[in-house]
Amino acid sequence: MLNVVINIVYLMLSLALLFAFIRLTRGPSLPDRVVALELIASIVVGYVGVHAIDTGVASFLDVAIVIALTAFLAAIGFARFVERGGVKND
Amino acid sequence: MIEILVSVLLLVGAAFMVLAAIGVLRLPDLPTRMHATTKAGALGAMMTMGGVAFYFGDSTVAARAVAIVIFIFLTAPIAAHVIGRAGYFTGAKLWAGTIKDELQERYDPVTHKLNSGLEELKHGQPTRTGKGTSNQ
Repeated sequence: MLNVVINIVYLMLSLALLFAFIRLTRGPSLPDRVVALELIASIVVGYVGVHAIDTGVASFLDVAIVIALTAFLAAIGFARFVERGGVKND
Repeated sequence: MIEILVSVLLLVGAAFMVLAAIGVLRLPDLPTRMHATTKAGALGAMMTMGGVAFYFGDSTVAARAVAIVIFIFLTAPIAAHVIGRAGYFTGAKLWAGTIKDELQERYDPVTHKLNSGLEELKHGQPTRTGKGTSNQ
């Protein structure tokens, strides 16, 4: 039963990743793209968690920690770049 | 039994993330998109981590999963606030149906300081942004 659920969850997360990617490519302004990137990072954290269950390797959680940390730092960096005179309209 | 719990947590978490992605795709402007992603996306990731913690049933794994949950819980609002602030300063267009913009003309564009709109009352001169300003 868990195998079926894991496959369904992979499918749903792929769909979410696709939607977020469409917003990433279309997003009219840079902050929109940053928001989409942050969502993609959240989805990838979910992916890694599901993959840890799928393979039974708990060490993948360290990867999830690193991805969450990187996404946060990237969001802060992008926001500072936008606010302190980056491109107004890309 | 644990399997059912893990399945439910994973499915609900993935459903929240799909909702967040639909929101970021469909909603009209930056604040509404952030409204969808920061709450639903973070909750989805947190529920998935809860599923991981229950599946392994091991204290070290559960501690790491809880650490991820706490980290997301702490950083998601900060990141959303900073991005929203930056987007507002760079003049991201609000949706055409926006009824009220409380921050309008309250931010100093040079110093990035937020005024309450009551500063000039001290000099005895009520301002036009004296009370309850909006753009409607």
